[in-house]
Amino acid sequence: MTLRGDLALISKLINPNARVLDLGCGSGDLLAALQAEKAVNGYGLDRDPANIQLCLSKGVNVIEQDLDAGIGNFADDNFEMVIMTDALQAVRDPRELLRQMLRIGEESVVTFPNFGHWRCRLQLGLKGQMPVSKHLPHDWYSTPNIHLCTTLDFEKMCEEENIRIIQRRVVNTRYQEHWTIQLAPNLMASHAFYRLGRPL
Amino acid sequence: MRSEVSSVGKVSPQHFRCQEPLTLQNGAVLPKYELVYETYGTLNDDKSNALLICHALSGHHHAAGVHADEDPKPGWWDACIGPGKAMDTNHFFIISLNNLGGCHGSTGPRSINPDTGKIYGPDFPNIVVRDWVRSQAALADHLDIKSFAAVVGGSLGGMQALQWAIDYPERVRACVAIASAAKLSAQNIAFNEIARQAISSDHDFANGRYADEGVNPDRGLGLARMIGHVTYLSDHGMGTKFGREIKSGDFDEADNVEFQVESYLNYQGQAFTRYFDANTYLLMTKALDHFDPARETGGDLVEALRGTTCKFLILSFSSDWRFSSQRSQEIVDALVKAKKNVASAVIESEHGHDSFLLPIERYTDALGTFLNRCLAEHSGADS
Repeated sequence: MTLRGDLALISKLINPNARVLDLGCGSGDLLAALQAEKAVNGYGLDRDPANIQLCLSKGVNVIEQDLDAGIGNFADDNFEMVIMTDALQAVRDPRELLRQMLRIGEESVVTFPNFGHWRCRLQLGLKGQMPVSKHLPHDWYSTPNIHLCTTLDFEKMCEEENIRIIQRRVVNTRYQEHWTIQLAPNLMASHAFYRLGRPL
Repeated sequence: MRSEVSSVGKVSPQHFRCQEPLTLQNGAVLPKYELVYETYGTLNDDKSNALLICHALSGHHHAAGVHADEDPKPGWWDACIGPGKAMDTNHFFIISLNNLGGCHGSTGPRSINPDTGKIYGPDFPNIVVRDWVRSQAALADHLDIKSFAAVVGGSLGGMQALQWAIDYPERVRACVAIASAAKLSAQNIAFNEIARQAISSDHDFANGRYADEGVNPDRGLGLARMIGHVTYLSDHGMGTKFGREIKSGDFDEADNVEFQVESYLNYQGQAFTRYFDANTYLLMTKALDHFDPARETGGDLVEALRGTTCKFLILSFSSDWRFSSQRSQEIVDALVKAKKNVASAVIESEHGHDSFLLPIERYTDALGTFLNRCLAEHSGADS
């Protein structure tokens, strides 16, 4: 199975036999791949019945849970890696969720669409309209994305929260790390990927 | 893709007469006992496709199909058992028994006590969930089944499935606990105690010796059943099913009005007394109340589940307040902490605790997908 670009990046970070929690695990592709290739002890949380059914069909340990209800039911230091792909911007309290992720996991990986991308700026700045793109396909009135941010915003919050950024990767709409993106990430990256840890 | 769904058709009960004594958790010994059971589907050559059904409070061995062509109703879990159904008899060999202490053919309070030559009645020993599991293991031995592909149960049946995973880790590959709990809440025990009081305060209960005296505590047992029924439904579900519809009478002559819900409960209560034994009801509710596998590990459910090796599926229903989703979540959380493979789903339904008996599409899809996937993984046909 070929993983979506961002999931392939995450897969590389996971040690064999690791304990992994995937928040908003969707159809379970990442966990299914990690279970098959790295024998991880992985769990996914999701609230969508169709996603849960897909996970069950793949033999993924899926647990029905709404991230907005919190993840306080998981014990401290219970996982090596807690992953959340493209859900940060859709949860009610992203900062609290990040705190919780680093409470129950040694490290976290978070990915989100970068609202600072030049296309977003162009649509809002010149057209005067809320951006709609491949990564942000919804109209303003029906979008689940209630907490959009730029990479700068995100990094500022990490600093305030004393969250250590171990690694940052910024990609274009095809999940490629082109050198032009590195010149001005907050302008050029359509998507950001952060590996986070507790303070040293 | 769905294979054609149908019924297991006509089935007949079988009997396992165990001559080996069974020492119960409380130290009492049953010198011999009998279990009545049914099977659906075909046991495969390496005997790896056996699935055990554990029944709930008022259940029995007749879970699917009919006993005679003219039977008006199929077995109690027919919605989920059969060719193409969630527990698919095209793939699984399904065993369903009446538990020890039951009143549908297995040794219980209605049986003759070999020591006295009289009906056990209230002298039948107290049974706990672990005793059932041990007697079920004896039945598995009798059928030469070394390990179950899955043990599946709802409510009190789910507790037995959990106990199986704990007591016989090498004999269970998947455990499915539906609308169940790792222990009852105080409120749940309270409902059981009210039901027990309804029975024991009936004059015709005669301290449990009603059979000897040729009477039956119909009023008490019927009342216990009515209380149970109310707690198995949700407020919303009852509203949808009965509303304030009137069965008979009219409001202008206010003294003879009977609401549909009253009529339903009275009917269910009376019908119950024709097929259920009061001493069995007491025994079953006590087994429910006492179940708490974490009691042996200092209250730590994670520790109680530490030795399990099977996959778990924990299902609950949104409107079930007798065995709420929170109780299922406690099991899930403990399993995650114990690093066990577990999946869970909270099925949207207005039918309360009774939901686990109903053909709710999302529920049967989840159950069927999980079980079929487990079986495929074991037989190496991993997709």
